Amino acid sequence: MAHGHAVKRYSGLMDWLTTVDHKKIGVLYLIAGGFFFLIGGLEAILIRIQLWKPLNDFVSPDTYNELLTMHGTTMIFLAAMPILFALMNAIVPLQIGARDVAFPFLNSLGFWTFFFGGVLLNVSWFTGGAPDAGWTSYVPLASDTYSADKGVDYYVMGLQIAGIGTLVGGINFLVTIINMRAPGMSFMRMPMFTWSAFIASALILFAFPALTVGLVALMFDRLFSANFFNVANGGNVVLWEHIFWIFGHPEVYILILPAFGIISEVVSTFSRKRLFGYSSMVFATVLIGFLGFMVWAHHMFTTGLGPIANALFSIATMLIAVPTGIKIFNWLFTMWGGSIRFNVANLFAIGFIPTFVMGGVTGVMLAAAPADYQYHDTYFVVAHFHYVIVGGLVLGIFAGLFYWWPKMFGRMLNEGLGKITFWTFFIGFHLTFFVQHFLGLLGMPRRIYTYQDGLGLNGMNLISTVGAILMGIGTIVFLINIIVTAKKPKNLSNDPWEDGRTLEWAIPSPAPEYNFAQTPLVRGYDALWKEKMDGNKGMTPAEPLGPIHMPSPSILPFIMSIGLFIAGFGFMYNHYIVAIIGLVITFACMFLRSVIDDHGFHIEPDEMHDKGVKG
Amino acid sequence: MSAHSHVDGQLPHEPEKATLEGRNKVLGFWLFLGGETVLFGTLFGAYLTLRHQVGDGNPTSQELFDLTLVAIATFILLTSSLTSVFAIQAMHKNQVKAMLNWLIVTVLLGLGFLILEIYEFLHYLHLGHGFTTSAFSSSFYTLVGFHGAHVAFGIFWITLLIIQVFKRGLNTTTAPKVYVAGLYWHFIDVVWVFIFTVVYLMGKVG
Repeated sequence: MAHGHAVKRYSGLMDWLTTVDHKKIGVLYLIAGGFFFLIGGLEAILIRIQLWKPLNDFVSPDTYNELLTMHGTTMIFLAAMPILFALMNAIVPLQIGARDVAFPFLNSLGFWTFFFGGVLLNVSWFTGGAPDAGWTSYVPLASDTYSADKGVDYYVMGLQIAGIGTLVGGINFLVTIINMRAPGMSFMRMPMFTWSAFIASALILFAFPALTVGLVALMFDRLFSANFFNVANGGNVVLWEHIFWIFGHPEVYILILPAFGIISEVVSTFSRKRLFGYSSMVFATVLIGFLGFMVWAHHMFTTGLGPIANALFSIATMLIAVPTGIKIFNWLFTMWGGSIRFNVANLFAIGFIPTFVMGGVTGVMLAAAPADYQYHDTYFVVAHFHYVIVGGLVLGIFAGLFYWWPKMFGRMLNEGLGKITFWTFFIGFHLTFFVQHFLGLLGMPRRIYTYQDGLGLNGMNLISTVGAILMGIGTIVFLINIIVTAKKPKNLSNDPWEDGRTLEWAIPSPAPEYNFAQTPLVRGYDALWKEKMDGNKGMTPAEPLGPIHMPSPSILPFIMSIGLFIAGFGFMYNHYIVAIIGLVITFACMFLRSVIDDHGFHIEPDEMHDKGVKG
Repeated sequence: MSAHSHVDGQLPHEPEKATLEGRNKVLGFWLFLGGETVLFGTLFGAYLTLRHQVGDGNPTSQELFDLTLVAIATFILLTSSLTSVFAIQAMHKNQVKAMLNWLIVTVLLGLGFLILEIYEFLHYLHLGHGFTTSAFSSSFYTLVGFHGAHVAFGIFWITLLIIQVFKRGLNTTTAPKVYVAGLYWHFIDVVWVFIFTVVYLMGKVG
């Protein structure tokens, strides 16, 4: 093929709307996910302000229900997952020595569907009421009988549209990791973060379709008067619980596994040691992913499935503590005898370990079905899952952001401000949630907008609120850090931490559009570290310098997602003409994508900023 | 990277796997079908939970289902799976015309199946088995309707591919598309085999 294709390049806003570059999509995920994280955080602080004293009337009970529902839904689907996708997009192709992801177009589509799904969900605040049936949206509470306004419809539509994006992203990462590894990058040489992204993607693939069906059933019940959960006509409300948690429990591991991967990278790099027990780490990750599908009913111990089911799910749940324990000890042994650097990334990683252990221990406590009858629906549960999701996942995300920020943006985040973020966030976190264990044991129920005076709950609730505000301050300092950092010059070397072990540190910071001018030859685990130890300046190229094929940018994913967004409103408000128009827009884009051949374009060697793979 | 340099007659034996893009597409599609399996698995689960919740005075599955009609539909759909295999075999032998013909037969059989299914649904509606009648009816129409929607999508998709290959010929860009459409068509056939067993046979006997 002739290489003289006119290179279609956009700039400014159009560049971001049409980009299919995984690194730019990673930045988009980070911006959008970060934005939703701030919204979800604001909702959390409003919840804590309402609860700072007994019988407070800061928000109405109805608003409180909306806040707690939207806090959970936003944080899980619109903040945590997208920020993980940001890091996976930005880093995974670099770690395996790939020039791109397998499906750049679908990658962009995945982002835009997530984004418009999230926007649709949040539009509900302005159209007469956000979803208010909890992030689990249990029926019959979420049925049109008990949630007659449009709130739950927004939940159903928003998550359905965002879920498409997640599924597409999961498939994309699976194929990328299976098919596009550089020569020599065998599965058992892949960095732990890539491994965890791989397993998390597999979980997405097999968990999200269950949610799709659950949401379709709820949507049919609410919009078209179907009877899936309508007991009067033979429906079954426990069915929703099963479907939701068959998705929902793997979802928890979709969130935490990439955080495990980040911690493995950061701890190993800043201990200047090979990750202890790499193969057992891989095995543990796969095992957690597998067991993650076997334990959904531990969310339903009090539903009344009977002692046999409860016992089985109880034991299966406790089993997960074994591979997780393997991981904890591997991190500790990695640090053991290493020359540890206590920079911000590593502080977050080291803070993660004991915090996550605490969340794990309460997890095993909750897994004991008889005891769960006592803990169920109290703040003990709230404390537990915030210890694993905030103390685990969010600390992991912060570690990953501080660690990879130089690779994503070519600038190092400020360490001083970073330490302020770490200490305020870390202390604030423990203040907020540690006391909630005891609030739960004292019988304070979750999801209730207030509590009575004189029950011994006042002091601990106040402490919890103070902690939440501290976490907010830590987040604000992080935002300041981003702004301060953005004003610094982009002058970092390939390996700004100087202890980089994996392939992403072998290429410039930030990585050029084509990632690797020459595909590297991988000669062992910790590919770059191995070359360093052998006295080489960088990676050995596996191919001669030549023109690099790049996919063309496209606006279609953006328009397709807008089509779904419009269709969502059409369905919710029973304007089927609007719904059909939206779907026609989407299908027309699919049609165009199919019939227009995308030849892409080539970057010639003389257009590249650097020649060869540098060390 | 010369995705279009092959002219007809020089195609590799398995043109769908000749380029990295093609291999990615085939693998990605297999994975997608894995997700679809969970989707239909969940729909089956919901149906099995609710299938006896017929309600008073509404027709039961024993009264509704007519196995003759369903058997004809099954026969048509399974035959279309066979013809799609012939199409892929023709593709591997680089017989573009034969491939297109077999694809056209596949689409026509799919269309025949869909017409029978629409007739069947209208018939049930006539017998008082509407979407909102009972939990049984809602889960029945959702499961079988999801399958029907997949067939309809497949018909549009393969028709589009027939036009594309007719205009541009078979090359390493179009071959993976035809191949994954074939995979898709087999998948909806396999799902139908389960629907035939779980919905219709068990509905008649159970």
